[in-house]
Amino acid sequence: MATAPGPKLKVATVSLAGCFGCHMSLLDIDERLFDLVELVEFDRSPLTDIKHCGPCDIGYIEGGVCNAENVQVLREFRANCRTLISVGACAINGGLPAQRNHLPLSAVLDEIYQSGPCIATGCTIPNDPELPLLLNKVHPIHEVVKVDYFIPGCPPSADAIWKALNDIIAGREPNLGHGLIHYD
Amino acid sequence: MTHSFETAARPENLRRVAIDPLSRVEGHGKVTLLLDENNKVQQARLHIVEFRGFEKFIQGRPYWEVPVMVQRLCGICPVSHHLASSKAMDVIVGAKQLTPTAEKIRRLMHYGQILQSHALHFFHLSSPDLLFGFDSDMAKRNIVGVAEKYPDTARQGVLLRKFGQEVIRHTAGKRIHGTGAIPGGVNKSLTVPERDELLKDIGQIVAWSRDAVHLIKQMHNQNSALYDGFGAFRANFMSILGDDGALDLYHGSLRGRDADGNILFDGMDYQDYTALIEEDVKPWTYMKFPYLKSRGPQDGWYRVGPLSRVQNCDAIPTPLAEMERREFIDYSANTPLHAPLGYHWTRMIEMLFAAEMINELLHDDDILGTDLMTSGERAEEGVGVIEAPRGTLIHHYRVDENDLVTMCNLIVSTTHNNQAMNEAVRQVALQYLDGNEITEGLLNHIEVAIRAFDPCLSCATHALGKMPLQVELLDNTGAMLSTFTRSADNG
Repeated sequence: MATAPGPKLKVATVSLAGCFGCHMSLLDIDERLFDLVELVEFDRSPLTDIKHCGPCDIGYIEGGVCNAENVQVLREFRANCRTLISVGACAINGGLPAQRNHLPLSAVLDEIYQSGPCIATGCTIPNDPELPLLLNKVHPIHEVVKVDYFIPGCPPSADAIWKALNDIIAGREPNLGHGLIHYD
Repeated sequence: MTHSFETAARPENLRRVAIDPLSRVEGHGKVTLLLDENNKVQQARLHIVEFRGFEKFIQGRPYWEVPVMVQRLCGICPVSHHLASSKAMDVIVGAKQLTPTAEKIRRLMHYGQILQSHALHFFHLSSPDLLFGFDSDMAKRNIVGVAEKYPDTARQGVLLRKFGQEVIRHTAGKRIHGTGAIPGGVNKSLTVPERDELLKDIGQIVAWSRDAVHLIKQMHNQNSALYDGFGAFRANFMSILGDDGALDLYHGSLRGRDADGNILFDGMDYQDYTALIEEDVKPWTYMKFPYLKSRGPQDGWYRVGPLSRVQNCDAIPTPLAEMERREFIDYSANTPLHAPLGYHWTRMIEMLFAAEMINELLHDDDILGTDLMTSGERAEEGVGVIEAPRGTLIHHYRVDENDLVTMCNLIVSTTHNNQAMNEAVRQVALQYLDGNEITEGLLNHIEVAIRAFDPCLSCATHALGKMPLQVELLDNTGAMLSTFTRSADNG
């Protein structure tokens, strides 16, 4: 780990249409978390109560884009983060949620809210201004904004995330090299 | 009960306050409040805003893929979905009784997960509220703030989680989204070096787990009015239990109780869960509302998770956790404790139970065995139920003669708690916000109540999850009123 000169770098993280696994893998750096927070400060993240991304050095994005809110949040991150990293299978290619892409959205909604074996009679599909509009397909994030780096894996290992973050923090081009890149 | 605050009579004249996104929880959610001109709460709702559609797109996949696919419902408790679906597929392949090695490896994996998930929830997500105060400085109210002020506590939390993740890695191949369980058994057992590596640390893990129970117990004892009263509401509760009524998070039959603790049903085979549970759908959230059919939607909703399990069981089959359970029961004077903050205490008792169970299993040579698989008469339909960290998790599948899935129904832990979490939000809104000027700290009170349930909104949407809370104030014409916005997502 590099030593910290000057002010801490700001890192914002978010899970869009993801399972939080890429955030859990970030936490899988275990005790190294205490080294990391010597060098960086978390802005918006599921780990903090900051609700909106401010100006940041690094944006860590997990998950693809499945609804209008995801698009809005992703754009907010792009506008505020100098370096944007697309982390994990869902951010990079839509991942498992994109399995719905070959189905009409209405068929998926019908299955869940109309046909399930426990559904009470008379139920209708949720529809309310408070619910973000669903996109017809789940998209990888680089279809919506420019992405600077990609870390593949489902999820990428903690060591891969650690190496990439360290390289970026030290101002190096991230290079995972053999052994850390997995497309599982 | 506060059902009347679910829907305001005349919403058009009320101001909207939103907490969006909810933070320090898993998944995507928000809370909206509608207030009248005197800041009186007229409506309060927890919305789950993400939708994924797992039950549909899993259809047409071969059944053996399912335990690996469904893990992607949730990166925090992937093992729960992995094991619940594997148990359903055990029924499909006719594996009525797993080999001792297979069952014990799965249990080891599950208790590893309980340990890591409970540690994550208590230390990383909720401890900042409990240690610093619900309306403390927002900038410090996170795990980094805890690490600065209480370095030993933060370090223990990180290492407890790490140990649980290592148990998962040794049993499932990797920490997140592994592949250990397969229909009819497991694909690996432990090697002696793997076991020894875990044995080396387990004594410390049990000791730290016990310390964690003592920490939260002390908080209750020092401020019982707050801890017992905060957001409290009465509810039925349910969990699976072992055959003898003892706490068992891997397998058992269903027992439910009413709010007074009277048993409503017991020893119920979960293969028949559709006779017990019905689900309602409301337009304003993607998360369904399950309830006991026999009692109907108004009176039949219930709570699951640690607070339910520890009070539902007759005993905990490990000595240290059982001592803690008895203290908890004494504290609540033998009547059900309905306090949401009681979740933290019972969650830590379960973490201690998981650590003790891991210790027991690591001393059992069956985990080194080589007899991993079994099978029997093929079935078309199977239900798998497990007590996940957050509560009862139901996976139900039908598989056709070509081995392809034709039907999938999932009722995840957080969904069972949907009505209960909404009640907690309403209680806190009425207790703390009603008639007051909204502040960030007051809004965090609502999140504290939601966090107590350790909701996993990723799971609950069967989509990919996140859970942010946001509150904003609009005036009667819809214009932004309050300068206070924790988020401006809907600006």
